[in-house]
Amino acid sequence: MHAEVAAATDAAVAPPRASGMRRSQEDPAWVRYSLTAAALLVVTVLIVIPVVNVFVEALAEGAGTYWKNLVLDADTRHAIGLTLTVVPITLVANVVFGVTAAWAISRFTFPGRTLLTALIDLPFSVSPVVAGLMFVLIFGLQGYLGPFLRRDGYSLLSYLTSLIGVFLWVVGYFLFRPSHTRARSPLWDRAWLVVPLGSVLVFGVLFGLQRYFHVWPENQSLKIIFAVPGLVLATAFVTFPFVARELIPVMDAIGPDEELAAVSLGASGWQMFWHVTVPNVKWGLVYGVILCNARAMGEFGAVYVVSGHIAGQTDTMPLRIEKLFQEYNLPGSFAVASVLTLVAIFTLVIKSKLETLVPSPAHPARADAPHPTGAKS
Amino acid sequence: MGSVNRRVLPGFSLSLGYTVFYLSVLVLLPISACFLRAGSLSLHDFWGAVWTERARAAYLLTFGTSFAAALINSVLGALIAWVLVRYRFPGKRLVDSLVDLPLALPTAVGGLVYASLYVENGWLGRYLVPLGLDVAYTRLGIVMVLVFVGLPFVVRTVQPVLEDFDAEAEEASSSLGATRWQTFHGVILPTLYPALLTGFALAFARSIGEYGSVVFISGNMPYKTEIAPILIVARLEEFAYGEATAIAVVLLVISFSMLFLINLLENWTRRYAR
Repeated sequence: MHAEVAAATDAAVAPPRASGMRRSQEDPAWVRYSLTAAALLVVTVLIVIPVVNVFVEALAEGAGTYWKNLVLDADTRHAIGLTLTVVPITLVANVVFGVTAAWAISRFTFPGRTLLTALIDLPFSVSPVVAGLMFVLIFGLQGYLGPFLRRDGYSLLSYLTSLIGVFLWVVGYFLFRPSHTRARSPLWDRAWLVVPLGSVLVFGVLFGLQRYFHVWPENQSLKIIFAVPGLVLATAFVTFPFVARELIPVMDAIGPDEELAAVSLGASGWQMFWHVTVPNVKWGLVYGVILCNARAMGEFGAVYVVSGHIAGQTDTMPLRIEKLFQEYNLPGSFAVASVLTLVAIFTLVIKSKLETLVPSPAHPARADAPHPTGAKS
Repeated sequence: MGSVNRRVLPGFSLSLGYTVFYLSVLVLLPISACFLRAGSLSLHDFWGAVWTERARAAYLLTFGTSFAAALINSVLGALIAWVLVRYRFPGKRLVDSLVDLPLALPTAVGGLVYASLYVENGWLGRYLVPLGLDVAYTRLGIVMVLVFVGLPFVVRTVQPVLEDFDAEAEEASSSLGATRWQTFHGVILPTLYPALLTGFALAFARSIGEYGSVVFISGNMPYKTEIAPILIVARLEEFAYGEATAIAVVLLVISFSMLFLINLLENWTRRYAR
C-alpha cells in the first residue's frame, strides 16, 4: 500500500486543478462540504472498503496461512503459473495487432476506415460469456472445427507455424526495404512478384519440413477448448481493443511529420519504426499494455466458459478464486484475490504516472469504455 | 494528406492487411459462428429457447438490475465528477485514480469481496442485515456490484465536459440574478445531459454482459437471481449448445444496438460540447 500513501502525499502538493475558478462558479461552503463528504463516502463504501477488506480477509489467519494458501497449495500455484502463461501470449498478440492497426488507421486514409475503427471496439460490447461461447462453437467437440481437431488436430499446427513464417517474411521484406527507389536492387523493386513467390516458397518449405520430420504427432486430437489455446483465444478476444485504442489517438496527435522526414532521408521501414515511431509512442504503448494486462489477468466470464474449470489444469487465477469460494475456503480465495488486487493497484499507480507523459488526446479514463468520446478535444 | 502518406510511408498494405486478418480471425469469424449456429436452429427451437419462462425472468432481471445500476451510477458519477472538477480537498488525486479501480480490478475479486462484505457477519452486512437489508444473494446485491462495475463510466464521461464548461455562461447567469441552484439547474445541468446519457448507456451496456462479479453475489437461483449470462452458462453445462447460442444471440443483438445508440449519443455529445 506504499503506492497509495505516495499518491496521497503527491496530492497534497499538487497544484490545484480548480485554480481558474471564478467567483460566480463558487458554491456556498455548506454545499461544498456536504457534496465532497457525500462523494468521499461513495468512494469509500464502493471502492476503499472492498479493497481493504480483501487484504484483511486474506491475512485474517496470519501471514503463515496466507503463504500456505498462496504457495503451498498445488492447485493455486498451478493457477498462478497458468495465468502467467496465458497473459504474456495474449499481450504479445494484442501488442502486434495494436501497433499495426494504429499504424494503418492513424497514418493512412482508406475507404472503410471509420468502420474498421468501430469494429476494433466490438469486443467491448460482447458479454464475456458470449465471447467464450463463440470459441466453444468453433473449436468445441460439437463445434465447426471439432471433428477435424479430434481426427488430426496437430496438423493444424503445421499450417499455423507455416503461416507465421509467411507473415514474418512479408513483414521483414517491407521493413528492410530501402525507401529510396534509386538505392534499390530489382529484388526490392518488384514487390508484387517477390512477395507472393517468396510467401509460397516459405510456406512450402516450412510445411514440407514439418511434415517430413514429423514435428507434430499425426492423427492425434488437439484440445483447444478446455486447454491453454482456448484460454489464450478467449482472453485475446476480450482484451483485443486495449492497445489499439490507446495507440490510435496518441499516433494521431503526434502526426506523421517525423516519420515522413525519416523516410525521405532514406531510413528503411524498420529504421523509421524503431528510431522514430516507437520512441514517440512508447508511453502510449506502455499505457495500453498495462490496461490490457490488468484485464487479461482478471478475465473471468470468457475464460470460465472455455476452461472447463479443471483444478490444477485449466483454472486461471480468477477461476481459482471462484472454486475456492465454492469450497468455502475463504482465506484461500482471498489470498489469490489479494494478488490480483495488488496488480490492479499497481496498474492504477502506473496509469496515473503515465497520464502526465502521454499526450493529452489519449484521455486517461475511458480505459474500458466501448467507444472513445473525444469529448475532451 | 493520407494519399501522400501512402506513397511515402511504408507498410500500408501490410498493416491494413494484418489488421483486417487478425480482426477477422479473432473477432468477426467467432461472432459469425455464433449467428450461424443460431441460424441453423429451426424458428420453433429458437423461439423455444429464447422465450421460456426462465429466460424471460433472466432478461427481465438483467435489464432491471442493469437499468437500476446505471441510474444510480448516473447520480453518483455526476456527484463524484462534480466534486473532482470543482472542489479542492486533500487526497483529491488519490480519489481521482481510485475511481478507475473497478476497471482494473478483476470482476471476480469485486464479486468475491462484495459477497463477503454484505453477508450477515460481513463488515457492512452486520449493520445492514439487522435493518432488514439483505444484499448478499439478492437482487439488491446484483445492483450493488453493477454499480461498482459501472461507476467509472459515468465519472469519466461527465468529468471532461465539466472541465471544459464555459465559465462565462455561469457568470452571465449569476449576474442576471439567478441563484446558484437556478444556475445549476438551468445552465449547467442541460449541458451535462448528453454526457450523462452517454455515461448511463455505457454503464448499462457493460452491466448487461457482466458475469464475473454477479455470479458470486447473486446466488444464481433460477427465476429469482439468475441473469442472462448465468443462464447461458447453465445451458452450456447441460450441453444444450443450441439453446445457449440462441440466448447469446439475443444478448449480442441487444449489445450491438446499445453500441449503435452509444455512437449516436457520443456524436450528439460532441456537437453539444462545441
